[in-house]
Amino acid sequence: MSQPFRLTQGGRIERDAPLQFTFDGRPIHAFRGDTVASALLANGVTLVGRSFKYHRPRGMVSAGAEDPNAFVQLGHGPRTLPNRLATVTAAASGLEVRHVNAWPSLDFDLMSAFGLAAPFIPAGFYYKTLMWPRRLWPLYEHFLRHAAGLGHAPNAPDPDRYDQVHAHCDVLVVGAGAAGLAAARAAEQSGARVIVADEQAEFGGGLLSTTERVDGLPAPQWADAATSELSSAPEVTALPNTTAFGLYESNLVLLAERLHTDQPDNAGSESGARVWRVLPKQIVLATGAHERPLLFANNDRPGVMLAGAISTYLNRYAVAPGSRAVLFTNNDAAYLTALDLADAGVPVAAIADVRSDPEGDLPAQARTRGIPIHAGAVVVQAHGRGRVAAAELCALDGAPLGTVECDLLGVSGGFAPALHLHAQAGAPMTWNPQIAAFAPRPSHDIHPAGAVTGQLDLASALRQGTSAGAAAAAAAGCSNGHTPAAPRAAETHTSDLEPYWLPPGDLARAKPQFVDLHEDVTLDDLRLSLREGFQSIEHVKRYTTLGMGPDQGKLANPLATGVIAQLLGRDPASVGTPRHRPAYSPVSLGAIAGRHIGPLADPVRVTPMQEWHQSAGARFENVGQWRRAWYYPHPGESMHEAVARECLAVRHRVGILDYSTLGKIEVTGPDAGEFLDRVYTNAWKRLRPGRCRYGLMLGEDGMIFDDGVTARLDAQRYLMFTSTSNAAPVLAWLEQWLQTEWTDLRVYLTSVSEHWSNIALAGPRSRDVLAAAGTDIPLAQKDFPFMTFREGHVAGVPARAFRISFSGELSYEINVPADRALHVWEALFDAGRPFGITPYGTETMHVLRAEKGFIIVGQETDGSVTPDDVGLGRLLSRRKDFLGKRSLSRPDSVRPDRKQLVGLLTDDPARVLPEGGHVVDTPGRRRPLPMRGHVTSSYFSPVLGRSIALAMVAGGRAALGERLYVATLHDDRWLPARSCHPVFYDPEGARQHV
Amino acid sequence: MLLIPCPWCGPREDDEFTFGGEADIPRPADPAALTDEQWADYLFMRDNRRGHHREQWCHTAGCRRWFIVERDTVTNEILGASIYGDSP
Repeated sequence: MSQPFRLTQGGRIERDAPLQFTFDGRPIHAFRGDTVASALLANGVTLVGRSFKYHRPRGMVSAGAEDPNAFVQLGHGPRTLPNRLATVTAAASGLEVRHVNAWPSLDFDLMSAFGLAAPFIPAGFYYKTLMWPRRLWPLYEHFLRHAAGLGHAPNAPDPDRYDQVHAHCDVLVVGAGAAGLAAARAAEQSGARVIVADEQAEFGGGLLSTTERVDGLPAPQWADAATSELSSAPEVTALPNTTAFGLYESNLVLLAERLHTDQPDNAGSESGARVWRVLPKQIVLATGAHERPLLFANNDRPGVMLAGAISTYLNRYAVAPGSRAVLFTNNDAAYLTALDLADAGVPVAAIADVRSDPEGDLPAQARTRGIPIHAGAVVVQAHGRGRVAAAELCALDGAPLGTVECDLLGVSGGFAPALHLHAQAGAPMTWNPQIAAFAPRPSHDIHPAGAVTGQLDLASALRQGTSAGAAAAAAAGCSNGHTPAAPRAAETHTSDLEPYWLPPGDLARAKPQFVDLHEDVTLDDLRLSLREGFQSIEHVKRYTTLGMGPDQGKLANPLATGVIAQLLGRDPASVGTPRHRPAYSPVSLGAIAGRHIGPLADPVRVTPMQEWHQSAGARFENVGQWRRAWYYPHPGESMHEAVARECLAVRHRVGILDYSTLGKIEVTGPDAGEFLDRVYTNAWKRLRPGRCRYGLMLGEDGMIFDDGVTARLDAQRYLMFTSTSNAAPVLAWLEQWLQTEWTDLRVYLTSVSEHWSNIALAGPRSRDVLAAAGTDIPLAQKDFPFMTFREGHVAGVPARAFRISFSGELSYEINVPADRALHVWEALFDAGRPFGITPYGTETMHVLRAEKGFIIVGQETDGSVTPDDVGLGRLLSRRKDFLGKRSLSRPDSVRPDRKQLVGLLTDDPARVLPEGGHVVDTPGRRRPLPMRGHVTSSYFSPVLGRSIALAMVAGGRAALGERLYVATLHDDRWLPARSCHPVFYDPEGARQHV
Repeated sequence: MLLIPCPWCGPREDDEFTFGGEADIPRPADPAALTDEQWADYLFMRDNRRGHHREQWCHTAGCRRWFIVERDTVTNEILGASIYGDSP
C-alpha cells in the first residue's frame, strides 16, 4: 500500500480522485482534498526539512499557516516558489515539491554537524565572532549564506502576469471557520455587502476537523451548507484560498488569492495569484487561535505535533500521523485529540496533564475509554533521533515517572488568539489570564469573533460570529430589521487551563528546548539575551531572531511571552509581544507588484517620429521616461565617428533634431506677465508679442531649478519651454504657487508638451531648407530675426517657428501639431537633401551646446548652483522680487570661493576628461586631497579638433588660465589642463544672428 | 494607506496625491526687508507637530488641485479637508 498511514474511512478527501506528485523526486500518492503535508504524512514521510541554523531534522508541527517547519520549494525554473508551506498547499497532480535546507540530501545532511556545535554557537555568535579578522567576512558570509537556507530564488524573470482587484464592501469577514461563517451569514441577512476570505481551500476551518454537530448536522456538513448558501447570495463574495495578509490605516486589507490551485499547469505556480485591495466599512476578525507548543528537551523532533493538528489530520484528511501516541497538555483540548486517536484506532499510551486534577467532560470521557492519564505530570524529554521514539515523563516536583514509547507526541499549551491583523493596525490588545495569552480588544470598526477572542468552544464561536456579523452590518449602515439567529451547538463543560512555561527545577536546564523552531531559538538563547541585558521583548527578538522567520513566529511569540515573564519573574502582560507586521504569511512579490512592472510601472514615452528614427538606424538613450534618438551611425561607424559627422554637418551645413520632448506650458490670463515676473529671475511684462526670451527659474533657496525659452504669443498668452526632464515638476511648482499663494492672480496653466512636436533645424543652411520645404513665413533676417517667433505654415501644416538656438548656429525650432509632425519632419528632410541635411541625436546636441558653454540643468547644476555660479548673474533683475531672490544675498550665496563654471582645455588635445572627475590644484598622494571642483561636461569637439570640458571650480572665474589637474579612474593618472572661458566656439555669438 | 478626502473628487487612496508639507506658511510680502535669520526661518524651519496638523496636499493624479488636510500625526486620523480661500 502506497499510503500506509491513510485511514480506511472518513475524512474529506475524495478517494475516487487519486493524484500523484513528487517530494525530492520521490512519488507521493494523494487524493484530491489533501494538502501536501497530509499526503506526505499519509505516505509515511515525517521528515520535511532541516532547521535553519543547526540543520536538525524537522517534521510537520501543525496543519495550517502557523507551521514553523514545513517550508518547501515548489516547481522549478522561473516559476518556482520558495517558502511555501506544505500544510496549506493543496496537493496537485504533477506538483514538484522539494525540501529547502539540507545538503547534500534531506536524510543525510552534512551540516547537521552544526547541531553538535550548538553549545558553541548561541544567539549573537555571528556578530561577536565572525567580525574578526574583518577581511575574512566575505568568506564567512559566503559560507553562512550557503548554510542558512530559505529556498532558492527563481533563475529567470517571472513569466506570469498578476492582477490586482480593488474592492469595497460593507463587511469584510476574515476567516471562514465557525465564527466567520456565522458572521458572514448574519451580515448578509442584515443586508450588507460582504466579502469573506479564508486561507484554506475550503471554507469551514475547525468545523472540518471536528466530530461535533451544528444545528443537528455533523459540523463539516453544516459548513458545506453555510458555504453554498453564502456562495449563492448575490451580495457575498466568497474567497477561499485567500489569505488576508495585511491590515493598514483606513482599514485597507490586502488579500492574496491563489487561483487554479488544482490545475496541473499551475501546480506549484502562483501564476493565478492576485492581490485584493479591500476597503471595507467594517471588519469581522474570525481568524481563530494557534495552539501553543510546550517546552521540553528535543521538543523539535519529527513526530512532536500540536494536538489540534493531529485531530485535523485524522478527521479531515483521514491520516494517522503516528501509530502510538503520547499527549502532553495543560488544558482540555488534548483530550479531544485523545478521543479522536482512540476512534481512529491509534493507541494513546499516556496523557501527561500539568493540572493536578483535570475535571470536565473531556477528561472524563478519556478516563472512561481507559486512556492512562497522568495528572500533575509533564513531558521533559523526547527520545529518538530522526523521529520521536519515546517520551520521558516527570511529576511537577521533578520525580521521574518513566519513559513511554511512542512515535507521535501531541502537545497543547493552550491557544493564543491569531490577532496578527488586529495588531498590525496598531489596535489595542489585552492580556487574558484565562487563556494566558493576548486577545484583541474590539474597536468601533473591528469586531473579533470566535477563538480569536479567547473563547474556544464551538457554541460560543457561533454565537459571537452571529452577533459580530449583525453588529458590523449595523455599524456599516445596513439594517433591515432582521435579527439573525445563531446556529446551535452542544455546550461543553471545559475546565481551565493552567499556564505552563518552564519545566520544573533543573529540568529547565535540559538541552535543547526550542522556543522558535524556525529560527532555532532555544530557551538558552532567551536566557542569554536576558542575562546580557536585552530584556524588552523587542530587544530579545533582535538579539535572538525570535519570530523573524517566514512563519513570523506564530507559534514562538505567544510561548516566548510566558517564558520570558517567568524567567524575569514578571507579569506576562507587561512583557508584551513583539510588534506584528505584514505579511501574515509569505506572499509572492509578483502578486504584490501586480501589473505595476515594466512599462506599466515606468512608461516609455516616444515622439511621433520614433519609427522614422528607428528605420534611420538611430541608437536610443533614455531621458527620464523618454526614448530619444542618441545618434544615427552609418554602417560601420563608431559612436565617436557618427557624432563627429553629425556635429560637423550642423556647423557647416544643416542638421535636423527631434526636440519634441521639451516641456511646453501655456501660461494664459491677464496676469500672465506678472506671474512670469515672479517665477523667473528676469523681466517679462514688457516682452513684446512675437518675441522670445531665455529665463531662469530658481527655488526659494536661490538655486537654479529650471531654464528655457519662453515666447509671448499675444498680450495674454505665453508659451514656456522647460527642460525635458523638468516638464512635470515645473508645472507642479507653478501650480502650487498659483493655487496656494497667489490665488488672486488670473493665470491658467496648460501643459501642451504632447500637443506640439518640436523639430529643430540647425546650421547655416537651415533657412534654405525651411524655404525649400514650403512656408508662408517670411524668413529674411530683417523679417524674422533671432529670438522671435512667427506663426504660419510649414509644408502645409499650421506651425509656430521659433528662431532660437541651442547650438549657436542659425536655427529654427518648428512646433507643429503632433499628429502632423512626422509629415513635416519628412518634408523638411526631403527638402534638405540637396543641402546635405543630417539627422542628429542628443549626443551631438550636447556637444554643440557645450562648445557654446550653454548649461544643462541637472548636468552643470545639481541643486546647489546659483545663477552667478554659472555666469548668468546678468539675468537677475534688480528692479523686482522673484522666487529665490532673497536667498542670493545669504552669506553662503556670495562666498567668493563658490564653485563657478569654467572651461577646461587639456594639455593633450586628444584626451577627453572623465565627466565627474575631481579637479585639484596639485596632484599627490595626500589624503584628503583638497578638491577644487569637478568636471560637469566633457566631449571631443570635432569643429575645434580637440577635447573640451566644462567644470565647476571653486573661485574659478577669477583665475581663468590657471593650471589644474583632473583625476581619472581608468589609469589612475592626473590629467593636466588649463581653465578658460566656458564658451569655446564663436564667443561673439555671430553665427546665430545671420 | 490614507484615505484622503479631496474636496473636489471625494475620498481617494493616498497614492493619487502629493504631500506638500505644513500649511499656513505665507511667503513674506517683502523678502528684502527680512534678516537672514527671518528668511531662513521661512525657508527651512517647520514645526513637525505631534497631533493636530494642517498640511498641504495636491490631488496629482486627479483634479490637480491643492487643498488643506487636517490630520492627527499620531493616529493618522484625517479630521477634515478644506480648499484655499475658505476660512479654516
